[in-house]
Amino acid sequence: MIEIFGVPLPSLMGQLTLGLVNGSFYAVLSLGLAVIFGMLHIINFCHGACYMLGALFTWMAMEYFGLGYWWALLLVPLSVAAIGIVLERLLLQRLYKLDYLYALLLTFGIALMIEGGFRYLFGATGKPYSIPDELTGALDLGFMFLPKYRAWVIGASLTVCLFTWYMIEKTRLGAYLRAATENPKLTQAFGINVPVMVMLTYGFGVGLAGLAGVLAAPTTQVSPLMGSNMIILVFAVVVIGGMGSILGSVITGLGLGVVEGLTKVFYPEASAVIVFVIMAIVLWLRPAGLFGKGA
Amino acid sequence: MNPQRLPYGYLAAVALLLVAPTLVYPVLLMKIMCFAVFACAFNLLLGYTGLLSFGHAAFLGSAAYLTGHALKVWELPTLAGLVIGTLGAGALGWVVGTLAIRRQGIYFAMSTLALAQLMFFIFLQSEFTGGEDGLQSVPRGSLFGISLSSDTTLYYLVLAVSVSAFWLIHRSIHSPFGQILKAIRENEARAISLGYDVNKYKLLAFVLSAAVSGLAGALKTLVFTFATLSDAHWHTSGEVVLMTLLGGVGTVFGPVVGAAVIVTLQNELADKVGSMVTVIMGFIFAACVMAFRRGLVGEIIALYKRMIGEKVQ
Repeated sequence: MIEIFGVPLPSLMGQLTLGLVNGSFYAVLSLGLAVIFGMLHIINFCHGACYMLGALFTWMAMEYFGLGYWWALLLVPLSVAAIGIVLERLLLQRLYKLDYLYALLLTFGIALMIEGGFRYLFGATGKPYSIPDELTGALDLGFMFLPKYRAWVIGASLTVCLFTWYMIEKTRLGAYLRAATENPKLTQAFGINVPVMVMLTYGFGVGLAGLAGVLAAPTTQVSPLMGSNMIILVFAVVVIGGMGSILGSVITGLGLGVVEGLTKVFYPEASAVIVFVIMAIVLWLRPAGLFGKGA
Repeated sequence: MNPQRLPYGYLAAVALLLVAPTLVYPVLLMKIMCFAVFACAFNLLLGYTGLLSFGHAAFLGSAAYLTGHALKVWELPTLAGLVIGTLGAGALGWVVGTLAIRRQGIYFAMSTLALAQLMFFIFLQSEFTGGEDGLQSVPRGSLFGISLSSDTTLYYLVLAVSVSAFWLIHRSIHSPFGQILKAIRENEARAISLGYDVNKYKLLAFVLSAAVSGLAGALKTLVFTFATLSDAHWHTSGEVVLMTLLGGVGTVFGPVVGAAVIVTLQNELADKVGSMVTVIMGFIFAACVMAFRRGLVGEIIALYKRMIGEKVQ
């Protein structure tokens, strides 16, 4: 058997793909944060809660309505986005003129309510969700077996990121969006309904978090607590990569997932902290972040 | 309140605090005081420097562990334990502050949260802290030959230390140093152009805040005779933000009032509603942000100013 630094190749590749899977979640979540931040200039603390909602709704759809994975993949992100839109209309939009910290604190409060509420209803224990039949099994790549579901998560996440990039950078809608980010008043004067765009942007951002939750459901135990640990990690990812560029978010997310996966192989004790340690080093050496444009 | 009458107000408050343990369960009062000190320290940053630290639990937790370890394993005297906890948290504050103030605004908040999570995982895995079990049955020891094992005796120590900490924060806010911090909060660019080394002042405020938070954590270990992971959990970081926000950001007494309300509320609700407590805390958060951003004390001050005919912003 081939070994690299004393680690058998299949187990190394296994952790590497697992790292890519986690990295895909970091990428999609930090992309959602970046899209929301770009347009609304707020940091969405309930992003982790929306990710958790995505996974939990997927589980609930199966448990209570018998709706399978593919239906969940379509409906759950939409329903999470709908919840986001309601929150934006009812609460968030009243805070845009104030200091950024109020929106952060409001979304933190919302995250606590969502997490506490679902913990009250379902308890803290994780619930298993099985991989859909179409994606069970593994692909034989010669040097390793790649579980189909992992390949699907990585592929789907990259497609979503690419789609978002294309939407924002290459379409007319994206051009409006960028214009509204740059100068909302002037954009509105050209007859574009900026408040609606802001609302849809927030919905899209949290919808992405919901989608990541659906993708994550079969890879982990679905639990009301899965969002809060994730969001803190994603904050570290965002501090490392900055929120200035879409491509930056994706590369940072995937890269950190891989580094985390490799840490699990070579020095498992540090795997929980490696992302935070990298963040500390980046803050020390390159305070603007890897892809940042200053503060 | 009329400035000339203020000393009487303080005297009345101190008199009330001296007899309080005969009226209310002293452990609850001590818990309130620990969190009041914690929230005042936090307010020094958020209210007077404009820095939102979302990782202050790291300082409370690290001091709680350091003091616990010093008293239990190293068998040091109580006072030495308190000093070690406070200094340790201050040192940690220096490291975290040095890193976090390299970024501004929203990134500062996220960095502090992530660095506190790093500390949480370190506490979780290290032997020093007892991991998931925490440090149990930490001896309270004695001070000047008086045993602190009685809750009432300990109450007066906690009261004396808390009042001193409050006074320290109060003095810092009203000193030239505090004025510079406010200048940074109001307009950082202007403070820089006036020749102030803004980052140095921010770091100093951060270290001071971390050390006083540490003092709160050290006292907390004495009160409960244990130190656990929940002290360092991000929930605790959120709680101190909530206490300050509810009481009134940037008011002297706000954090004290906020701490008293939240701790009492948690104490009353913990057995009755279980994890719904989190929902209620989240709701108070949202309500504060949406409806009364001045906080309880801030609203009272605004009401008073309106009554005497002053303009309120």
